[in-house]
Amino acid sequence: MRNEIYLDNSATTPVAEEVVQAMEPYWTIQYGNPSSPHLRGVAAENTLNACRKQIGAFLQVDPSSLYFTASGTEANNLALQGVANIPYFLRNPGHIITTPIEHPSVLKVINHLEERGWSVSYLKVNEFGQVDANQLATLLKPDTKIVSVMLVNNELGSIAPVQEIGRIIEQENRERQHKIVFHVDAVQALGHLPLRIPELKVHLCSFSGHKIFGPKGIGLLYVDRQVPLRPILFGGDQESGLRPGTENLPAIVGLTKAVQLVTENLEENLRQLQNLRQALIDGINTIPNSRINSPQEGAPHLLNASFPGVRGEVLVHFLEQKRIFVAMGAACSSKKKGVSHVLESIGLLQDELMSAIRFSLAPTITLDQIQYVVYSLKETVEEIRNIYV
Amino acid sequence: MTNMRSRLADLPHGRITKTFGRIYLETKGNWAALAQRLQGVFGIVSVSPVLKRELDLDQIKEGAALVIQDTPGQTFKVEARRPNKAFPLTSPELCNALGGHLLRNFPHLKVDVHNPDFVLNVEIRQEGAFLYSQVIPCLGGLPAGSSGKGLLLLSGGIDSPVAGFLSMKRGVTIEGLHFYSYPFTSERSKAKVVDLATRLAAYNAKGSFKLWIAYFTEIQKALQKTSYPTLSITLMRRFMLRIATQLAEREQALALITGDSLGQVASQTMESIHVINAVTTTPVFRPLIGMDKQEIIDVAYKIGTYETSIQPYDDCCTVFVPKNPATRPRLDQVLEAERELDVEGLVSEAIAKTELVQLKA
Repeated sequence: MRNEIYLDNSATTPVAEEVVQAMEPYWTIQYGNPSSPHLRGVAAENTLNACRKQIGAFLQVDPSSLYFTASGTEANNLALQGVANIPYFLRNPGHIITTPIEHPSVLKVINHLEERGWSVSYLKVNEFGQVDANQLATLLKPDTKIVSVMLVNNELGSIAPVQEIGRIIEQENRERQHKIVFHVDAVQALGHLPLRIPELKVHLCSFSGHKIFGPKGIGLLYVDRQVPLRPILFGGDQESGLRPGTENLPAIVGLTKAVQLVTENLEENLRQLQNLRQALIDGINTIPNSRINSPQEGAPHLLNASFPGVRGEVLVHFLEQKRIFVAMGAACSSKKKGVSHVLESIGLLQDELMSAIRFSLAPTITLDQIQYVVYSLKETVEEIRNIYV
Repeated sequence: MTNMRSRLADLPHGRITKTFGRIYLETKGNWAALAQRLQGVFGIVSVSPVLKRELDLDQIKEGAALVIQDTPGQTFKVEARRPNKAFPLTSPELCNALGGHLLRNFPHLKVDVHNPDFVLNVEIRQEGAFLYSQVIPCLGGLPAGSSGKGLLLLSGGIDSPVAGFLSMKRGVTIEGLHFYSYPFTSERSKAKVVDLATRLAAYNAKGSFKLWIAYFTEIQKALQKTSYPTLSITLMRRFMLRIATQLAEREQALALITGDSLGQVASQTMESIHVINAVTTTPVFRPLIGMDKQEIIDVAYKIGTYETSIQPYDDCCTVFVPKNPATRPRLDQVLEAERELDVEGLVSEAIAKTELVQLKA
C-alpha cells in the first residue's frame, strides 16, 4: 500500500489522518441531529455552526452564505438549477454563457436547461484550454442571466481568468435590472491556488471535500446574499431550506478540517507541487515524441500529456503493474464513447487524444518518486511502442 | 428435475413428483416466486399454478371460482378428466356443473367451446381435485445437461453469451473460455466476463459454470509484429480456435461454440470463417449465424447479459483492431504469415497459463 505512487488525486484523494481523527467522535458519540430539541441535538447544532463559521473564515466569506451539499456535483446542480428555478426565470428562460471544458455536472445541467428553453453560448478556449476574458463582451446579450466558468479545469489544469470575468460582469450588472449571476466551479482550485472569493466577484462558487483530502459525500456551495436561489430538492428546513436533508455532520466536520489543512499549508504545498510538476514536465520532455497538453502556467497539481502511438488505457495498465496510478486522459475504447470533450475542444489530433494521460499530484509525493515515475514512464512508453511496431 | 431442484434450492417448496410428462411441485403459498424461477429452466414448456380441493362438488366449485378470478379473458370452456372413476359425476356432467357455476358468479364471462380465451382444467384424481387455468409459457428446449459438454468462446461482447444461451437451450452443458490480454486490457474486462458467465450459470446444469481464462498477452504481442498486419485478426482467431480445440479435448468437450453471425465483422465473412475454422476438426457451433444484430440484442436483453456486455471496457477484440482488416483472407497467405510465428510454443504457453474460475449462479 505504502510503496504505491498515487497520481490520480484529481479523481479523489486519500483522507488525511487528521481529518479521520476529527470525524471520529461524530459517528458514535456526537451522533445527534442538529434539528433535535434535546441536548444531543443542540451539541450537533453547535458543531454545525462552528464548522460553517470556520470554513467562512478560511474562505473569507460570511458563514451564512455557505450551504453544505452531498457532493461537488450537487453544488453545481444547486447553483445552476437553483437560479433557473427562480420564479421569474421559470416563466422567462434566459441565456447562459459557459465554456466547452466544464465538468459534466455543469455541462449536462446546462443541456437540461436548454430543454427548458434556455439558450447557451460557449466561450472559446485556446489549445491549452485557456479562456480569454475579453471574449465575454461579445457574447453578452440583454437576456444573459448566468455565466458559469470553472476556475481550474479538471483535465488540463488550465486556470480561467475568473477575476477579470467577475469584473466585467460587475460592470455590466450596474446597468441591468435583472443581474447576471456568476457561477464558478472551484472544485479543483481549492488548495491549489490562493483563493479569495470576495476578490473574484463571484455569486455562486462550488467546492468538494474528497479532492482536498477530505471525505467523500460532502460538497459546499457559496451563495452571495443577493442571489434569490431556489432549492432543487424539497423537504425540511435544513440549510435555510435551500438544501433539505439531515446534515451529514461527520463529513461536514471532515470537510472543515480538510479546508483548514489546505488553507493553512497552502504556501508550502504550492511550492512542493510546483517543484514536483516541473520535475515531471522536464522528465516527460526527455521522452521522444511526447507532448504536454497542459499550459505551463497551469494549476500546480495537474499535468496532462500525450505519448502518440501508446494507447492511454494500455499505458495506465502497464504503469499500475509498477504500482503507479495515473488517469486516462481521454478515451477508454476505440469506439467514440468516452472521448474527453475537454481534450477534443483544445484540438488534439486523434493520436494525441487516444494517448493522453493525466497526472494529478499531492504534496505528500516526493521528488524521488517523481524521478521513478519518469523513469518508468520512459521505459514503458518505449516498451509499448516496440510492441505496436 | 435435478435442474429444477437446484434452481429452487433457496426457495421453500414441497415435494416434486413426476407423472406422464408433467411435473408436480407442491408450493407453500409462494407459487409466483417459484413459477418465475422455473421460467428460466430449460426443458419446461409451461408452468401452471394448480389449486387442490377435496373430492366434493361444492369445494370444487369454490376452487374453480378462485382459480379463474385472476385469469384474463371474456370467454372460456371447462375441460375435465376423471382418472378416478369413483367420483360420482362423469366428466361432461362435471363440466356442465362448473360452467354453470362460473356463469352465475361471473356475469361478464361467456362459454366458447371452439376458441375460448382460457380453459379451466379439472382433474379428478385419487388424492383430490386439481384445478388450473393459467398457462405461463417457459423457455422450452431440452433439460440442461441432457446433451453433451461444449466450450463457449466468451468475449465481453453481446453475441457470445447469447450463443452460449442458445446452445444450453438444446441441452448443452457449457464451459467458457476467455482470452485475457492484461495489461493491454483491464482487470475490469475480466470482471465483466465473470459477470456474464455467472448469468449464464443459471441455465447450466446445477447452476455452476467453469470459466477458463487463457493467457493471451504474448500472442497479442507476437501478432503486433507480423509482417501481415491486415491478417492479424484472422491469425488471432486461429490462435483462439487452436487453444479452444486443445482445451476442449483435455476437458472432454465435444464442440466449440462461438458468437459468429455471418458478415457482421471482418472475421465473420464466409472467407474468414473458412480460413479460421481450418485449424480445427472439432465441430464449431455458431448458433447466431443467421441472426441479425437486433435479434441477438433482443435475446441478450431477455437473459440479462446486454447491460453488462455494453460496458465500455476493451477486450482483446477491440484493443488490437488493425486499420484495414482483411475481409477475404486467403489460406495460403495466412499459412505464410504463421511461418514467422512459433505457433505451437505460443499455444502451449497460453494453455499452460490458463486459469480456472469456478462460478455459481
